[in-house]
Amino acid sequence: MTRYVMVVDLRRCIGCQTCTAACKVTNATMPGVQWRRVVDMEVGTFPNVQRVFMPVGCQHCSDPPCMEVCPSTATGKRADGIVTIDYDLCIGCSYCAVACPYEARYKVDKPTFAYGDTPTEAEKHRYDPAMIGVAQKCTFCVDTIDDGISKGLKPGVDPDATPACVNSCISGAMNFGDIEDPNSNVSKLLRENQHFRMHEDQGTNPGFYYLWDGARP
Amino acid sequence: MNIGTIPKLQRAWDLRAACNFIGGGTGTGLLVFAAISALAGWPFAAAGLVALAFVGFGLSMVWLEIGKPLRAVNVFFHPQTSWMTREGIVALPLFALAALAVVLALGRPDLGRLAAPVMAVAAAIGLGFLYCQARILRAAKGIRAWSEPAILPLILTSGLAEGAGVYLVLIGLMGAALPWASALALALCAARYAAWRHYRARLGATGAPAGTLAALHHAEPLVAWAGHAAPAVLLVLALAGVLPDLMAVLAGIALAVTGWFIKVTIVLRAAQSNGFAVVHTPVRGRGTSRAGDRPGWQLPHQKG
Repeated sequence: MTRYVMVVDLRRCIGCQTCTAACKVTNATMPGVQWRRVVDMEVGTFPNVQRVFMPVGCQHCSDPPCMEVCPSTATGKRADGIVTIDYDLCIGCSYCAVACPYEARYKVDKPTFAYGDTPTEAEKHRYDPAMIGVAQKCTFCVDTIDDGISKGLKPGVDPDATPACVNSCISGAMNFGDIEDPNSNVSKLLRENQHFRMHEDQGTNPGFYYLWDGARP
Repeated sequence: MNIGTIPKLQRAWDLRAACNFIGGGTGTGLLVFAAISALAGWPFAAAGLVALAFVGFGLSMVWLEIGKPLRAVNVFFHPQTSWMTREGIVALPLFALAALAVVLALGRPDLGRLAAPVMAVAAAIGLGFLYCQARILRAAKGIRAWSEPAILPLILTSGLAEGAGVYLVLIGLMGAALPWASALALALCAARYAAWRHYRARLGATGAPAGTLAALHHAEPLVAWAGHAAPAVLLVLALAGVLPDLMAVLAGIALAVTGWFIKVTIVLRAAQSNGFAVVHTPVRGRGTSRAGDRPGWQLPHQKG
């Protein structure tokens, strides 16, 4: 069995949003849509405060509430744990958006572009009408993963089989891999570090781990 | 400074979604009163038709909200776990049976005796529809105001109270005053207020976004006084024989409008997202970690 997860070292993240930009470029998301973003959190009370940068997005939960509520079965989960959306089945009811505890889902009802009504050449080239009026979210760059695996590459190790946000991370905070493989990079990180997952009380078993202390890789 | 971490009002569902809960609740509640009328041998066709109009209005508003209306049939694909699918499936026999009961009552006097049991079955299915609506909200884990389990009795009692309100208005317009309807409406008025208070108490006791609690707190005076105290007094007066027609109609309006107000408040104004939380801050710099935080939330230990 395989389950792909993301492991983020909060000690390393500097909030540069390079992952956000890499995701937007790779997936050609429209203005206002951020499948990967980094929230900037202030913890504590002045003057005793700490600033935390936290990459967020679809947590590819093992028990995804978005999939449970989806009336059309457009949202599904692959055998490798990646939660997907079939844009041809989705009716755009947005039920998944309100069911997601992580604010990871978006719906664009009409095309919007970076510079007004006229798309740039790049936007025109990459515009996909199938994405209008339906739910969308982070895919863990599933096409890249599948393409890489078909070439014998290893997700999380080989860049050509790894999500764009992880490839772009300048501080090495973001890591991706198979948590079911005890020898994978993510399994090693989780063994050697203390970690948590967000909103675990929701019972979604998210596939997004945050390291906060332990051995430094 | 917190950027992007604080709970914010959901924008995925707007007034059209709220109208589905309004139409569905009022319509199914009214269907129950129509069924009681039918079983008691009183006219019920008008109430049945208005009930169907309410449910149909609600579903139409949802249809207008979805991004791909021409794919609406896909809503039936996931009965295994989706309460939205189940709502859609239940709507079919609800419409068919309620419409059949009305047709039998109005168009086929020879088969009129069948109308009452058919309407009773339609009302029972209507209760199922109402339950599906409550579970739709309950399953939305991204919105604390909806996922609170105490939303179930609130949506159920509100739907019935709204239906009672519209029924009182309908029979009032027809010049009738039915004490049983006023008494039942009074009981539903009390039940809904109890459910509302329980819902608010549970959110406060288990933690919720501060914006959610504030929106519900701001709604309290209207819900308590205009929405429940006033109709309760009016219904007591009606039962005591003081201008019963007028008192029942006024109470009915208050009961129905309050239910709609509660739903608009919960679906639109109190619907804050979960925001984001850190359980432990990362160890860096001074080498210490602190307990995490959930910006924008009011947790039980922070009360008072």
